[in-house]
Amino acid sequence: MTAAAILEIRDISKSFGAIKALTGVDFTLQRGEIHALCGENGAGKSTLMNIIAGIVQPDEGAIRLEGKDVTIASPSAAQRLGIGLVHQEIALCQDATVAENILMAAINNRRAPLMNFRRLYIDAQKIMDLLAPIPVETPVADLSISNQQLVEIAKALTLECRVLMLDEPTAALTETEARRLFAIVRDLKARGISIIYISHRMAEIFNLCDRVTVFRDGRYVATDSIASVTPNDVVRKMVGREITQLYPQKLSPERRTDRPVLSVGNLSYREGSDGVSFALRAGEILGIGGLIGAGRSEMVQTVCGLRPKVSGSVELNGEPVSIRTYSDAVRAGLVYLSEDRKASGLFLDLSVASNISALDLRKLTTPLGLLDRRAEAKQATDLVERHGVRMGGIEAQVSTLSGGNQQKVAIARLLSVGPKVVILDEPTRGVDVGAKVEIHRLLRDLAERGVGVIVISSELPELIGLSDRVLVIHEGAIAGELGADELTEEAIMLLASGLRQQRSNARQVQNVA
Amino acid sequence: MDAEFKASAPGLGGRNWLRLGSMREAGLIAIMLALCIAMTFASPHFLTWGNFRAMLMSFSIEGIVVVGMTILLIVGGIDLSVGSVVCFSMVVSGALFLMGLDPWTASLIGIGASALIGAAMGFFVTVIGLNHFITSLAAMVIVRGLCLVITKGTPLSLFTLPPGFKAIGQGSFGNVPYVIVIFVVVVAIFDFLLRRATAFRKVFYTGSNEKAAQFSGIKTKQVKFWVTVLCSTLAGFAGVIYMSRFGAATPTFGAGMELNIIAAAVIGGASLNGGSGTIFGAILGMALLSVVTSSLILLDVSVYWQDMIKGCILLAAVSIDHFLHRRKS
Repeated sequence: MTAAAILEIRDISKSFGAIKALTGVDFTLQRGEIHALCGENGAGKSTLMNIIAGIVQPDEGAIRLEGKDVTIASPSAAQRLGIGLVHQEIALCQDATVAENILMAAINNRRAPLMNFRRLYIDAQKIMDLLAPIPVETPVADLSISNQQLVEIAKALTLECRVLMLDEPTAALTETEARRLFAIVRDLKARGISIIYISHRMAEIFNLCDRVTVFRDGRYVATDSIASVTPNDVVRKMVGREITQLYPQKLSPERRTDRPVLSVGNLSYREGSDGVSFALRAGEILGIGGLIGAGRSEMVQTVCGLRPKVSGSVELNGEPVSIRTYSDAVRAGLVYLSEDRKASGLFLDLSVASNISALDLRKLTTPLGLLDRRAEAKQATDLVERHGVRMGGIEAQVSTLSGGNQQKVAIARLLSVGPKVVILDEPTRGVDVGAKVEIHRLLRDLAERGVGVIVISSELPELIGLSDRVLVIHEGAIAGELGADELTEEAIMLLASGLRQQRSNARQVQNVA
Repeated sequence: MDAEFKASAPGLGGRNWLRLGSMREAGLIAIMLALCIAMTFASPHFLTWGNFRAMLMSFSIEGIVVVGMTILLIVGGIDLSVGSVVCFSMVVSGALFLMGLDPWTASLIGIGASALIGAAMGFFVTVIGLNHFITSLAAMVIVRGLCLVITKGTPLSLFTLPPGFKAIGQGSFGNVPYVIVIFVVVVAIFDFLLRRATAFRKVFYTGSNEKAAQFSGIKTKQVKFWVTVLCSTLAGFAGVIYMSRFGAATPTFGAGMELNIIAAAVIGGASLNGGSGTIFGAILGMALLSVVTSSLILLDVSVYWQDMIKGCILLAAVSIDHFLHRRKS
């Protein structure tokens, strides 16, 4: 076995201050394989990648590349050894050209005082063409996200790249783009490049990879051939306990009602496009699926007054409400959780308590116009206890919480106003498996208590596992509606990709009534 | 691999990287031409060599400082202390000259002292980890204080400067003052370097995305440090020229200059977020402000209005830029 190993990691440990990120982990990459690395957030995957890429140095342990002990002191040393890392978040200089980004390390190492752009373009194009013929003189800012991802890969692929690490490369891609990426990754494997592939998505791992290694809490758990394990085995190893039921029980048929909590009538949110109509019924979780960019977020943001609507009406519990701004929506009992909790969801530098009270400060304000700190603390304590947020205390900074707990704080904030309808955009993105299950339970509890719940998700298994009914959006319009018994990945994708148009408007109008 | 890509196969050796910047610069030139044409009709004194020379003179020396500021803005920094440093260089050189040093050596020491101020700011930014704004705000006040201490608050009269030295600021090649020649040379050198020199490309990378630059092995802290030093050094150089031009060193000189300079660079397309900007654009920004000032004077508009109008131009330029960027994305 070891004869075929290109990269061997032996007994690597790394601490950041008091936190042990890796404890004596082993990892072996065979020549020409695609090897998945799995683990919950904080399991140590990214730390290991950063060590192999020379960004951080291990405290102890050995790295062997093609049988020789190596020290990887810097990112450029890693590149010289033929090791490339594609970061999870796109880290490109947006103002510079594709060529400069691809060859930035080489530019940095060159002794020549002047740039030779002609040469640079020729060299960079050779590398870029291995993936896709994107013109390398283009500024990166002009490329789509998926093409930027390809530039990231090209950047990692110096011409003599032997080991390529991909850290959640599909996180920002649509299904189609992801499929193109898989083809490229397989092609690279066929060229003899050995690949380490980090992903949370089991479907991808089982579709693409040869072997899988699982880390948990900074320790090595197991390495298996993909053929010999099931996705559930891998999840179990990641979490360290049996997750008996990944998704909570759905609404039973006898409890279903036709009473709408929220009715949206003929809402037009893009200039010139037809209106959409749909209803959310009491007690159900309504899923909204569709490709990224299909207009899912735009649609619900328009309902909540976050975007101006062209026309249409909104009714809550049968009464028409006028929503022009988001605060109108909040007052009416309609709240929204953004898909990007860092950019527009949470105040990372503020305490848990301040974050929770941010949505409705008026309630916590004394007649003199001051903030009632005791009431704020009480509200925060109630909500975090009810929803099992794990943290240092309600005064802890939100940035110190894990992704899953941050998300629970964001949801607690929505619940602080006692909403009638909660709309959540990608509520479990970037959240680890354990926290995901808890968030799903929380949403189901809400629905059972009569709060309307709408969930937008790009993850098909989640959409299917969680929703009682799914609306699929295609190019700004509702392409179809699937009931609990019709939910399959295939059915959703057919509607989302526009290959199938399901039903007439008559049914939609009926839903609203 | 994918046929859909093949269609857009690239032509090599393109100069796309100039595209956005050139658009901005063409716009500025157009606005300026329009203004010049209008002014030619409005005032008979506008289209004369005398007026143009006066305009060029008025921004030539500040233009040297704009060069440094633009590079610093590209790396993602800012320097509020340039006005104070211009004055500091002037005062240090002047005081040393009065103590008996020859003016050339005194000037070199003045420029060197300015570079040290830059190095001190660079230290606080890269080693201590403060941001450029606060660091240079403190430096602005401290260095201004130093100027007052050195001169005991009164202007140094330097009428004894030898004619050879005074010629830098006051002499000319025929019709063209040396000051303008120096300015054009500095601008040409740095414009070229910024477009072509490997070392200066790293300034763009660092300002555009510091993480990405670090992952490529670029020592971004070093880059920021040296750009900070360069900006102060150029300010020091400008201070020496001012000294030669005025034959005096006033401890209050250059107060408020930094705002004019930052405004010029930003009008010329430098981004306060780093990563973009050109020397040529910044100089055009400076020229536009100068044409406007000159026009206002020729049109007999009260000086009290001038600052207000300049401020409005800055606001308009930045708003247009913001609008264009938003449309793009």
